Amino acid sequence: MASDSTTSGTAWDNLQPEDFKKIGMDEKQSEIIQRESLSAWRDSWERLRKNKLAMTGLVIMILILIMAIIGPMISNYDYETNDLMNTNMPPSGEHWFGTDDLGRDVFVRTWMGARISLTVGLAAAAIDLMIGVIYGGLMGYFGGRIDEFMNKFAEILYSIPYLLVTILLLVVFEPSLGTIILALTITGWINMSWIVRGEIMQLKNREYVLAARSMGAGTGRLLFRHLIPNAMGPIIVTLTLSVPNAIFAESFLSFLGLGVQAPVASWGSMINDALSGWMYYPWRMLFPALFISLTMLAFNIFGDGLRDALDPKLKK
Amino acid sequence: MLRYVASKFFYMLVSLFILISATFFLMKAIPGDPFMGEKKPSPEILARLMEQYDLDKPVFQQYTKYLGNIAQGDFGLSMKQQNQSVTDIITDTFGPSLRLGLIAIVVAVIVGVLLGMLAALYHRRLIDSAAMILSVLGIAVPSFVLASLLQYVLAEKAGIFNVMGFDSPLDYVLPVMALSAQPIAFIARLTRSSMLEVLHSDYIKTAKAKGLNWMAIMFRHVIRNGILPVVTYVGPMTANIITGSVVIEQIFGIGGIGKQFVDSITNRDYTVIMGITIFYGILLMLARFMTDIAYAVVDPRIKLDGGKEG
Repeated sequence: MASDSTTSGTAWDNLQPEDFKKIGMDEKQSEIIQRESLSAWRDSWERLRKNKLAMTGLVIMILILIMAIIGPMISNYDYETNDLMNTNMPPSGEHWFGTDDLGRDVFVRTWMGARISLTVGLAAAAIDLMIGVIYGGLMGYFGGRIDEFMNKFAEILYSIPYLLVTILLLVVFEPSLGTIILALTITGWINMSWIVRGEIMQLKNREYVLAARSMGAGTGRLLFRHLIPNAMGPIIVTLTLSVPNAIFAESFLSFLGLGVQAPVASWGSMINDALSGWMYYPWRMLFPALFISLTMLAFNIFGDGLRDALDPKLKK
Repeated sequence: MLRYVASKFFYMLVSLFILISATFFLMKAIPGDPFMGEKKPSPEILARLMEQYDLDKPVFQQYTKYLGNIAQGDFGLSMKQQNQSVTDIITDTFGPSLRLGLIAIVVAVIVGVLLGMLAALYHRRLIDSAAMILSVLGIAVPSFVLASLLQYVLAEKAGIFNVMGFDSPLDYVLPVMALSAQPIAFIARLTRSSMLEVLHSDYIKTAKAKGLNWMAIMFRHVIRNGILPVVTYVGPMTANIITGSVVIEQIFGIGGIGKQFVDSITNRDYTVIMGITIFYGILLMLARFMTDIAYAVVDPRIKLDGGKEG
């Protein structure tokens, strides 16, 4: 045939039976998993890592956290000493972010403020988490009458505007870090408890719960070993998104003069102090305003990314 | 439907009662009496003052009287402003706040829905990304930061608007912008995601397959179903606008109820704080109540019989 001239190398047309070799089939080989197996958390992390926006948020969060810790240490100034010879100085090599109306260093105060704002945000979120998970877990787990009663209570509490309650509490009790966090958590946990309730209601009818129960697991074990760990995704997302809310609420209260009291600084109180002279000394406003916005932005975009990563079904 | 409305209304009254009681007893928990200032009044004057504000009576009697007065719209007398009733203070200062708030709500709904619709229609295009970046910024930047920024750039530096005051229509622009930014961001996100859902649903495919023209599909199906979730946001938005107005009025020097509230907190004018708190509470609860009703009317899928899970 003319096949030799048309194909070079392998001559597919001329294959003879001898060219084939039996290799058999090893059943064990076919069962070996080629790819490394990923846990659900690893899988989510891989997805999160590819989300550039969310990772930017995470990096900003970490940077602000680091600065809140080391910021006040790397400066030669402290946050409360007045220096009346050097009031309202613009940013310079001496004072990196300038000074305020009492000559205090804005750089140090900004990062001391970051400590306060982050403490309030994280502590309020942590308390919301604890109360919300337990309350919501019980609602979802028991259902029926108990659920109805507990839910009505939460609903009534929720319908009372939380900022009004917070303001009232702080008018009555001396504002301090503790009372601010307490006031913020009085109604803050309700949202979390509803998220947990919804999740638990869906999960409690799964087979593995039945299996655990038939093996004699009690309420506590079912709730904390089986149900809540499986509801962790939405819980973490809600937690991440509740931090910026608490930070905003704290700065709002400080803005009203109901936050931490002078000379302690928070971002809100710094903005409030800067307001009167801000046309002439913009740096006093700029830095706290910039960092509070950045922090809230970072938590929000990270939370959004986390939601997409933990629940790929939701992603459009 | 009637049962649904009645139960929502009942819970609103319960919440309101709790708010009023909490307000009353918290104020009673403040140590000392409200007349302890730099100048201590003489015992006779103090006794007269105590009588005028009913502070000489047992707490429970004060409480029932307070409840009765509120039911008649009487919040008592201001403790710092001579011979001013709290009700008068509220009615005098509510006007500018109401105007500002309503304009901000209207602007927020129109701009937010438009922005969300554009983002959904041009999904994954430049307009979509721009709208979403704007909305993330809108959510992240606190209203008082935005307000100060606008004031600095547009009023102080560019000189387009007045820095302070609330007289000409032009003076509304900056406060409304600052107040509506966050609601716009939320509404845009809500509209976008629900519109995307609707655009990919089967009945839109059917409508397209039938050969309905684009305008008809948009107005008859997409927009109608797409803006449903926005209705649920009316309650939270009212809360957002009220909280926002408290600081915005302060920043732009608008003599509204929000500024009055801040002033009364600064002066520790307890009766005014109580009165405005309850007034705000009533406003917010009414907004939430109307949201519930509106949602039930707009969305026939909602269960009206009190929510037994099926």
